[in-house]
Amino acid sequence: MLSYLPDHLLPGAREAARRVLIAAVDRRSVLKGGIAAFALGLFTRPSGAFESYPTGGLQMPRGIVADPLVFVSIDPDGTVTIVAHRSEMGQGSRTSLPMVLADELDADWSRVRILQAPGDEPRYGNQDTDGSRSLRHHIQPMRQMGAAVREMLRRAAAKSWGVEPAAVTVEFHTLKGPDGQSADFGELAEAAMAELVPSFEDLTFKDEAAFRYIGKGEVQITDLHDITTGKAIYGADVRLNGMKVAVIARPPVLGGKVKSYDASETLAVPGVERVIEIAGAPAPVNFLPLGGIAVVATNTWAAERGRERLKIEWDDGPHASYESAAYRAEMEEASKAPDKIFRDQGDVPGAFAAASTIFERSYYQAHMAHIPMEPPVAIASVTTDGCEIWTSVQSPYGAREDVAKDLALPIEQVKVNVTLLGGGFGRKSKWDFAIEAARLSKAVNAPVRVQWTREDDIHNSFMHTTSVERLRVAMDDAGKVTGWHHTSVAPSILSTFAPDNGHQFFIENGMGHVDAPWDVANIRCDNAPALAHARIGWFRSVSNVPRAWAVQSFIAELAHELGRDHKEMLLELIGPPRTIDVATAGMPEDFWNYGEPYAEYPIDTGRLAHVVEVAADAAGWGATLPEGEGLGLAVHRSFVTYVAVAARVRIVDGQIRVPEMHFAVDCGFAANPERIRSQMEGSAVMGMTLALNSGITFADGRVQQSNFHDYDVARADNFPEKVEVHIVPHPFSVHASGIGEPGVPPVAPAMGNAIFAATGRRLRDLPLGTNV
Amino acid sequence: MPIDFSLNGSQHSIDAPSDMPLLWAIRDIVGLTGTKYGCGAGLCGACTVHVDGKAERSCMVSMGEVAGKSVTTIEGLHPEGEHPVQRAWRELNVPQCGFCQTGQIMQAASLVAEKPNITDAEILEGMRGNVCRCGCYQRIVAAVRHAATGI
Ligand code: FES
Ligand code: FES
Repeated sequence: MLSYLPDHLLPGAREAARRVLIAAVDRRSVLKGGIAAFALGLFTRPSGAFESYPTGGLQMPRGIVADPLVFVSIDPDGTVTIVAHRSEMGQGSRTSLPMVLADELDADWSRVRILQAPGDEPRYGNQDTDGSRSLRHHIQPMRQMGAAVREMLRRAAAKSWGVEPAAVTVEFHTLKGPDGQSADFGELAEAAMAELVPSFEDLTFKDEAAFRYIGKGEVQITDLHDITTGKAIYGADVRLNGMKVAVIARPPVLGGKVKSYDASETLAVPGVERVIEIAGAPAPVNFLPLGGIAVVATNTWAAERGRERLKIEWDDGPHASYESAAYRAEMEEASKAPDKIFRDQGDVPGAFAAASTIFERSYYQAHMAHIPMEPPVAIASVTTDGCEIWTSVQSPYGAREDVAKDLALPIEQVKVNVTLLGGGFGRKSKWDFAIEAARLSKAVNAPVRVQWTREDDIHNSFMHTTSVERLRVAMDDAGKVTGWHHTSVAPSILSTFAPDNGHQFFIENGMGHVDAPWDVANIRCDNAPALAHARIGWFRSVSNVPRAWAVQSFIAELAHELGRDHKEMLLELIGPPRTIDVATAGMPEDFWNYGEPYAEYPIDTGRLAHVVEVAADAAGWGATLPEGEGLGLAVHRSFVTYVAVAARVRIVDGQIRVPEMHFAVDCGFAANPERIRSQMEGSAVMGMTLALNSGITFADGRVQQSNFHDYDVARADNFPEKVEVHIVPHPFSVHASGIGEPGVPPVAPAMGNAIFAATGRRLRDLPLGTNV
Repeated sequence: MPIDFSLNGSQHSIDAPSDMPLLWAIRDIVGLTGTKYGCGAGLCGACTVHVDGKAERSCMVSMGEVAGKSVTTIEGLHPEGEHPVQRAWRELNVPQCGFCQTGQIMQAASLVAEKPNITDAEILEGMRGNVCRCGCYQRIVAAVRHAATGI
């Protein structure tokens, strides 16, 4: 999932962000009230320390803060409190990041308490939990802060015992002196916190072999007990005195408006108190509410019943004729005449002119909606003191800024508290629902919970784009691929934030399009325009979903066409182990690389090929399978992580079943293998859902699906039954990379390829449907 | 007319319209929030509770229908949260976001109580009404098996 898009669109925003990043301060300036950031020292390489490296985290708005006085406190009873500043939506960052800090501090995990930060980026640094970045950007700062607090404890102990700090050792929540002195962390907490925060150069780091929790995968998720007893608090679970509940009838068509309405029957529903019109936003809508009619009631049921009785006449606006089949035909047509080249390596027209064979296929993907299990929900309380919000958002500071702007309040008077997220998948990095709640609380002068129903969630989602991906290769007499031409046509996320020109932008281009890793001399990646008629947003893995679907299906088709083994063909295209040289590859200057410095996270074809081998071996590639079964393979690099999937499909009475799926994952250093496995297990299920079920279609500008009966998901009676996750082992020096998203893209093409192997039927449209 | 029913072992008298779904009475009126809204249409299982010991979708049961009956929510499944199903869920570190899990656990608890010698096929069928968008099914199925059979 992406992030901070609006900032990207403002010229200079990145530079401004860079300037406010990391100021070298020590405790004195913190006490003076300076910004609570401290020297990260990431570019220095002191001896004894881990080899630090820069990440894209430094480029994020308000960057990285690694001040232990902001993130850590220790109580006299020894309880270590660690702040979780990222949002937890199932990916495990609320456990994994504090766990890294605790391990480096040498704390006892059972004595660690986790405190969720509200949206406050000047204090905590970037909090936008999106783009599979939490671990990858914060594993180093977490280690740094753990080491800093450990050092402060050591110095405090040395002072109190009158010995040299070097003579003090730290061992599992205990400090030990040279003459048998011993103290629990709690006993020295106050003195330690009075110490200056040591600079990075003065820190020592644990040897990797001494890790107690990092890399082990033996820690339970921190909210496990609360989740299993119903005590965990999600967006709808905060209760305030006098709180009202609102549901909103939103325009069914993007850009639609209320022409007229009659609320008389609504107001007659017992419990309904007010009916309030909410203003929509002119295009581009950004994260602003879509507008509509809100029904405010004493309880959810009354609000829903009241909404059912509204009589609204809509003015549908300019997108009223959006229709999926016709739009697809337009995209197909457009894909034959690309008009904007993003990557041009070698001489593609020449390669095609000289080709002895040209092979071409086109792939389609329908819109999808995220449908997090918890539909969007926000609670707001606006009083004369300001506005306080409780909600499940991926980017609480973004929400805070926009709510402040919307209510014309200084940002200090807005607080955004982050609850657990009942799933996010990108939907909850758009905070329109928080603005709705703030406006309604202000209007009714009481706390309000805005509850989206599942129907609302599906009808008024920020849709995952729909796309046509056209692929062509030129081949010489020997069947060697000499030219690669990939045309992508899809309405862009950018249309939600800026006037729409129909073209995709560098972030979308960077996801499985211009970053093609193939060992082919001539490569062209281009676009044809597609104007958006729905609110387009990012969905877990974003453009990687249609690109991996197309590219990985295409290579399998090509192999079949040439009578070659698919794996062998795939490895041949990947070519010898090397890092792609972006300078000579005709890559665009704004090549995204997931926001990471290319020198640190290059495209490494050796790692790409290796995961193919691992997944294929694990799945028994090449073995003869029973009738009606097939094995399919796919590989994709996204979020700077390499994932290959080998899926085994079995057709039972025409129904597609998946008895086995093998993931080979190279995400650099694996900090929490247990949550890596759970993310891959989840990716298998979501990948299967989007392969088989997830089609949103439009007619008359309106979404035609509404709830799980017509927008179904994989369920317990048909899901990838045995998911095995093979993690490529690496030391800390191999930079940790993303995990929340990269598992999803290779699943659908691996399944499509397996279905072909099982049935001889090649499917090119996502979703495929549940039966063949 | 207040509606009388038992909730987690204690008697409640609730002033709610008889067509109000039990889900919203539990959440909005009683204030117990472990029971979740996921679809409001009996399609996802997030709202699962026990009515007279049997798993039901609380979004599909009206207050009128529970009059005089005994309702158990996740908060009342076990006083310390140590029901074998809850323990199995923790042993296998089942949840991701966790939102569906109270409904999953209530469904599983009812299932294993009904079928002490439950087969794998019965687990899959019995749990199919409970959606987990995070995709924890592999662990959910293993945890139900573990709770039922100790394996
Ligand atoms: S909320 Fe009741 S089944 Fe989904
Ligand atoms: S754990 Fe998130 S929906 Fe099941």
